[in-house]
Amino acid sequence: MPRTARDVVFVDGVRTPFGKAGPKGIYHETRADDLVVKCIRELLRRNPDLDPARIDEVALAATTQIGDQGLTLGRTAGILAGLPQSVPGFSIDRMCAGAMTAVTSIAGGVSFGAYDIALAGGVEHMGRHPMGEGVDPNPRFVSEKLVDQSALFMGMTAENLHDRLPHITKQRADEYAVRSQEKAAKAYADGKIQADLVPVSVRRTNAEAGETGWGLATADEPMRPGTTLENLASLKTPFRPHGRVTAGNAAGLNDGATASLIAAEDVARELGLPVKMRLVDYAFAGVEPEVMGIGPVPATEKALAKAGLTIDDIGLFEINEAFAVQVLSLLDHYGIADDDPRVNQYGGAIAFGHPLASSGVRLMTQLARQFEEQPHVRYGITTMCVGFGMGGTVIWENPHFEGNK
Amino acid sequence: MTTTAELLKGAAELFPDEVVTQAHVRHLDLPQGAGRFALITLDNGFDHTKPTTFGPQSLANLNVAIDQVEKEAADGEIVGVGITGKPFIFAVGADLKGVELLKKHEDALAIGKGGHDVFKRLSALAVPTFAYYNGAAMGGGVEVGLHCSYRTVSKAVPAFSLPEVFLGLVPGWGGCVLLPNLIGADRAVSVIIENSLNQNKQLKGQQIYDLGIADALFEGADFLEQSLIWTASVLKGETEVVRAELDRGDAWDQAVARGKAIADGKVHGAAPAAYRALDIIAKAKNGDLRQGFDAEDQALADLIMGGELRSGIYSFNLVQKRAKRPAGAPDKKLARPVTKVGVVGAGLMASQLALLFARRLEVPVVLTDIDQARIDKGVEYVHGEIDKLLLKGRVNQDKANRLKGLVTGVLDKADGFADADFIIEAVFEEMGVKQQVFAEVEAVAPAHAILATNTSSLSVSEMASKLKHPERVVGFHFFNPVAILPLLEIVRGEKTDDASLATAFSVAKSLKKTAVLCKDAPAFVVNRILTRFMGEIQNVIDEGTPVAVAEKAVEPLGLPMSPLVLLELVGPAIGLHVSETLNRAFPERFKVSPNLKAVVDAGKRGFYVYDSGAPELDPEVAALLQQGDTVLTEEQTRDRVLDAVAQEIGLMLDEGVVAEAQDIDLCLITGAGWPFHLGGITPYLDRAGVSERVNGKKFLAPGVASVPA
Repeated sequence: MPRTARDVVFVDGVRTPFGKAGPKGIYHETRADDLVVKCIRELLRRNPDLDPARIDEVALAATTQIGDQGLTLGRTAGILAGLPQSVPGFSIDRMCAGAMTAVTSIAGGVSFGAYDIALAGGVEHMGRHPMGEGVDPNPRFVSEKLVDQSALFMGMTAENLHDRLPHITKQRADEYAVRSQEKAAKAYADGKIQADLVPVSVRRTNAEAGETGWGLATADEPMRPGTTLENLASLKTPFRPHGRVTAGNAAGLNDGATASLIAAEDVARELGLPVKMRLVDYAFAGVEPEVMGIGPVPATEKALAKAGLTIDDIGLFEINEAFAVQVLSLLDHYGIADDDPRVNQYGGAIAFGHPLASSGVRLMTQLARQFEEQPHVRYGITTMCVGFGMGGTVIWENPHFEGNK
Repeated sequence: MTTTAELLKGAAELFPDEVVTQAHVRHLDLPQGAGRFALITLDNGFDHTKPTTFGPQSLANLNVAIDQVEKEAADGEIVGVGITGKPFIFAVGADLKGVELLKKHEDALAIGKGGHDVFKRLSALAVPTFAYYNGAAMGGGVEVGLHCSYRTVSKAVPAFSLPEVFLGLVPGWGGCVLLPNLIGADRAVSVIIENSLNQNKQLKGQQIYDLGIADALFEGADFLEQSLIWTASVLKGETEVVRAELDRGDAWDQAVARGKAIADGKVHGAAPAAYRALDIIAKAKNGDLRQGFDAEDQALADLIMGGELRSGIYSFNLVQKRAKRPAGAPDKKLARPVTKVGVVGAGLMASQLALLFARRLEVPVVLTDIDQARIDKGVEYVHGEIDKLLLKGRVNQDKANRLKGLVTGVLDKADGFADADFIIEAVFEEMGVKQQVFAEVEAVAPAHAILATNTSSLSVSEMASKLKHPERVVGFHFFNPVAILPLLEIVRGEKTDDASLATAFSVAKSLKKTAVLCKDAPAFVVNRILTRFMGEIQNVIDEGTPVAVAEKAVEPLGLPMSPLVLLELVGPAIGLHVSETLNRAFPERFKVSPNLKAVVDAGKRGFYVYDSGAPELDPEVAALLQQGDTVLTEEQTRDRVLDAVAQEIGLMLDEGVVAEAQDIDLCLITGAGWPFHLGGITPYLDRAGVSERVNGKKFLAPGVASVPA
């Protein structure tokens, strides 16, 4: 029997405030599964017309799937969040693009007709699960020179990308980073971010980290408003002596979670749920692991080609700022100015933080806000680079688009 | 005048071992831009297995925290103050260990006043205050929240109570005054009196909200977040908190009267706490908090210096602590695993045992009896009881299937018991029959199997005497109803070895029973005391005192039912049988009542008829009674009976039937339902001067169930 692919929409997305990983971070004593549970519950509260029993799947990403990020998080977090037992779930991993892949996998299932509506998101508690925890790379990677040793260290791959694209200087990267902080501060001041944050109660028992007892996380902890070029110039380059990548022009090590509701458009409309974005196409692509930051370029090329669009059709960009150089490499590829107003209007991961597998949905949530406010824009993309040499790009259409009316 | 800080410092010096609760102050930004907020977290630094309590130093810490937020509130730096607990625990009230140490009325007064002085500062702050009941809250934990302007509660709260009256106190840090002023007198009476006297019944989150104690209810998964969002909305005026109008008219007095009736029904005026609490609730009608708090302070101090509270704490320690570490039990490492249980007999008692073993041990249980019909009936009974559990939702279908599969019956003991590790007999109460049964069992059971007897009065040693391996015989005496009464008397026979005894204690623990080790003495503990007690009442009646007078004489003991109603429950024939056994052992103290024998011979099931709804002496029984002409008053009767009980307990301790008087009380509380608030019986006998009158000394050392010297 022939099938009709269904239109897939982004109904809603939320996230926790992001925290700094480590003993002084806001989430140091908070479990990763609890973070994502709060997001799921917030989505249900914000969408009271959705009967939780209608949720067909819970896809949750985490890079390090052990401890409180293990045990098939999609299933266990669903139970912890109070979803009916009939709602299944699974865990998913594509490192930094985990949540993005949760969304695209679910979208594939929706389009195929396997799901009507589902939850997709991710979590990474890099304080409890530092990058590389428990990894065991096959020795053949090195002995057969399948990848360079630097491929396993994201900061080194960013330095490698600077080597490949020498016109992207440290100065440009720092300037980009300062703008990211400025835009993020402005977005906070304008109330663009808070509306999609779910507050998280946080306990602290270590007096060295600050006031003890229960507190409430309501804002992103990593933000450094007022950052100047001078501040950044003085930072160390931890990945190589006299290098270009610093803690200032890269995202930090962070804790946080995101979740979104993805649905068939007709189902969303039937249930009276919001339709914030319509999925146009998506693509993932592989590149040399040593320069994984270039990944968004082929991924975006591939997605645009499949959608029959060009870069000129894209009115808004949400690019994950793992490293400034990686954003700039994409912009340079398409001849877009470093300070193009279509790009990362609210700032990016350099300011907010990048809890690996959760970030994909943050990009989407922010793009959805921008779509709502800018009905003259028809298409936008969310894109990110991925460890071990990959990129992912999702093209979205603005349902509020008024251009053709 | 001493300040609160000085008052608490003095109190803290009396209690150096306090597990101290910290009151952490942390600031946060409320959602929706509602402003800066100070949140106090009560935390003793341990996990949820050691709940947070309030001793004097803990109160002092909270006082310091309030100093801080008071200033911030006055300076306009914060818009509100919240208070919550560590994960799973809000706070479970005053530290009882500290109360036990208090020797002077003024020190007791200081504790009451100290708590009040600290807590009431919360309601005097320049900003609204919020309590977030995130987990278990009891006593002073509940009360600290009552001093706040608003309260939220988690649906996940498993236990919430004002247990003071249960222990012999009043909720004296504001509970008696604030609760009726918040939710009305009738609901307050339910919480403070009814629940407390109903075996310290606990409330759950939803009920706390439904009663109006909390203004909002949130699920456990994001309780604190939602509470703070709600707080923001209250502070911004977006949420209006509406509480039910209180009826300060006749309904208030009726509620107090209802409370009094409940107290009378449970303690018959024998314990003062409930009545003191009701007095304060009655006075709270006018809404004068200050006057009420003063009354609470006085009541607390009086009760702390009285024996009833000490008895309540004593009982609490018996059932919470001593019950978990039975005195004299061998090293539990000696216990052998029990993977299959055999039950000899398939009558009612045997079937109840089979059900209990199957439910708690979850191992196969095999019933045997002398014919297939009896076996089928026994198994059918157990399966029927499991179906009832299923209907009541106590077990699900899978569990019911499993339990039914575990309980089977066979005629041939060799088939049933060849691989059983623990075999218990519940056959006819006659030595010859029981010896015969054990001989048959020994012939087919594995060499390691424990042979247990549920005898209530026969000698365990004699029962074992004809076996090849008497060392594996233990007494395992349950109390009716088996599923409800916690006590299990474990009897060591002359030859019982440590491994068998350890196995018996291990099984008892799995059965969730309170095990007490007893010597192989006639009728062990509970039946011996009850029989002496009932026997003395029977003697008084036989000698000429009217039945009603004799019954009423022991009401102040607060027993769960009158002696003759108890006799009816046990069955006059069984009562007679036990008295005959004890008469043979101790003829000088245990008489066989001719009147009781006449009642049994006439086939009567009890002394009373209930045609009018209330018990009335059965005219047919009245006609049987042959009474003398010595008529005692209630007081004389009571003295006779208490003297007899004190004498018997004294002799039992001399004989070493149990390790200590504490075990006697533990047995009476858990096996006969004797009153918790009196500490069983020995604290009462000590306090009433009976012990010294009869035995020349008290049962318990000073400070044990009494105010320390």
